[in-house]
Amino acid sequence: MTQVLLFKDIDEPGLNTLDVYAKRGGYESARKALALTPEEVLAQLEASGLRGRGGAGFAMGKKVSFLPKGSIDKYLVCNADESEPGTFKDRELMQKSPHMLIEGIVIASYAAGANRSFIYIRGEYVHQADMLDAALAEAREAGYVGEDILGSGHSLSLVVHRGAGAYICGEETGLLDSLEGKRGNPRLKPPFPANQGLYQGPTLINNVETLATVPTIIRMGGEEYSKLGTDTSKGTKLVSVSGHVKRPGNYEIELGIPSREIIYGLAGGPEEGREVKCWFPGGSSSPVLEKDDLDLPYDFDSMAKAGSMLGSGAIIVVDDSTPILDVALKVAKFYRHESCGKCTPCREGTNWTVKMLERIDDGTATPMDIEIMASVQEHIIGNCLCVLGDAMAMPIGSLIAKFREEFEEHIEQARIRNGLGAAVVSPIPEPTHA
Amino acid sequence: MSTPQQIEVPSKLREEIEAHMALYPDSRSAALPALEAAQRVHGWCSPEAIEQTAAVMGVMPAYLAAVATFYDMLETEPVGKHSVYVCTNISCSLRGADALHRAVCDTAGEDPEFNVRSFECLGACDIAPMASVDGVFVGPLSLDDVPRLLDDVRAGRPVLPDKQLSTRKVADPNANTHDFPTHPAEGSTA
Repeated sequence: MTQVLLFKDIDEPGLNTLDVYAKRGGYESARKALALTPEEVLAQLEASGLRGRGGAGFAMGKKVSFLPKGSIDKYLVCNADESEPGTFKDRELMQKSPHMLIEGIVIASYAAGANRSFIYIRGEYVHQADMLDAALAEAREAGYVGEDILGSGHSLSLVVHRGAGAYICGEETGLLDSLEGKRGNPRLKPPFPANQGLYQGPTLINNVETLATVPTIIRMGGEEYSKLGTDTSKGTKLVSVSGHVKRPGNYEIELGIPSREIIYGLAGGPEEGREVKCWFPGGSSSPVLEKDDLDLPYDFDSMAKAGSMLGSGAIIVVDDSTPILDVALKVAKFYRHESCGKCTPCREGTNWTVKMLERIDDGTATPMDIEIMASVQEHIIGNCLCVLGDAMAMPIGSLIAKFREEFEEHIEQARIRNGLGAAVVSPIPEPTHA
Repeated sequence: MSTPQQIEVPSKLREEIEAHMALYPDSRSAALPALEAAQRVHGWCSPEAIEQTAAVMGVMPAYLAAVATFYDMLETEPVGKHSVYVCTNISCSLRGADALHRAVCDTAGEDPEFNVRSFECLGACDIAPMASVDGVFVGPLSLDDVPRLLDDVRAGRPVLPDKQLSTRKVADPNANTHDFPTHPAEGSTA
């Protein structure tokens, strides 16, 4: 039985208010943490083994420790831009338990020595931003945010900053530019945000779920928290399951349980008579896995070993009624739309991938286009400032590799349908020598 | 060209922009909330809206125009007053979002009140297929919901109160079973 930590009491009416949150033990962790030294809090975070829940899975404690010491202006930015297709877990937390996030920010900022913090929330989350604003007003009033919090000497300002619709602003450096009032173009790294981030100052950037887990870690103790999950993937994780399942929704799981248990056990699996054709384990940026991979443990390393990634914990299930080309085209179109256009491999690669997929669909492609398309993906990966291009290249590359026959079939069918005749598929004959 | 001092800005808008500017160590950070506020007043990021925002913020209008074109929610052309964003990304399209989007377009027709758009993932795949109507998330939507959705907006009523995301429980195992909507095969990638 999975321990329910983040989703405990989640549907209790009024949990979004300070009154109810405090009655359920809210801000006790902040009290406890602010009575320790920042180093002691950091030690707890490191002991917990918590890995970032936004997509990259970087150790949170380590990230905090990268910030330089000393009394310079340091910033904490909460990445609430949640735009990875299939991901909707942070939305649930911000809407229903906004104080949990605020408490996490207070504690993390104390450990990092940051005095100014921002929640960058995507503009589409109107209701969630309103909930955060209301909770923030309560927290300020009660002295959990502001000057000399709970007499600890730690001061923190917090601003809820609303974005205006751009996937790339979920990329941490794109987010920083956007927060500075610019177009959300990613920056060259290094320097990393821990050294030079917002307004050129040291900046800690964490995902909503990561920060919302901090109060739990302080309450349980880092050691105790690290007993949950697997050796390298500690704790519980919110998983958003969507697509062809009977019960799409957010589920809190202990990392390392079989993927089948999530897709079939919790989310009910595909409709009767249908089977899983493929599934994205970590948002639409993750390489797809197949039916045979359903028994893999759902954790960071098992997903990586299988050639994919846990990403944001968004499982998208595609059943056998769906042509694989439709999936590829949807994914590619999204990244084409969202590419900021700064780096050529991404800007051109996403565009040409869409064009080639459309050619396959309208019957003007030949099987050679599959080769070209696969090579375009290879040339995007690792060649841009940020990973947006990779985020298309990885799933498209995996779809081509795993469903090549279906692509070829699609090309032939579409050509015949359009009266173009079958493409030449037989290899060019070897020259004969006397 | 008039100087920033000569540009008249509605006093409420000026106050709102200045309040945003005061929240940040660098007032330029207020660009997005300021443009959003100006868009609310002018209906879109018109040259006038951008000029007024620039005058208050003390930046060049061209700078803000460049910012506005980057973001999907900042409109750089005149649009209908009520936004209906239909999510047509992967999870929603697997559950019939493309058919839904077509139905919303057809039903709204040429009504200038509406700004109907197909939108990238709105982060509500649990209620797929869904739409954001003036910022309110509703779903799962069937094609039959479309006329009622538009009527609610026209009449100024809360939109589809029984389908609003804000009332949905996380831990309700039956939350989505009642309405497994349009057959997935219906959604094409057009």
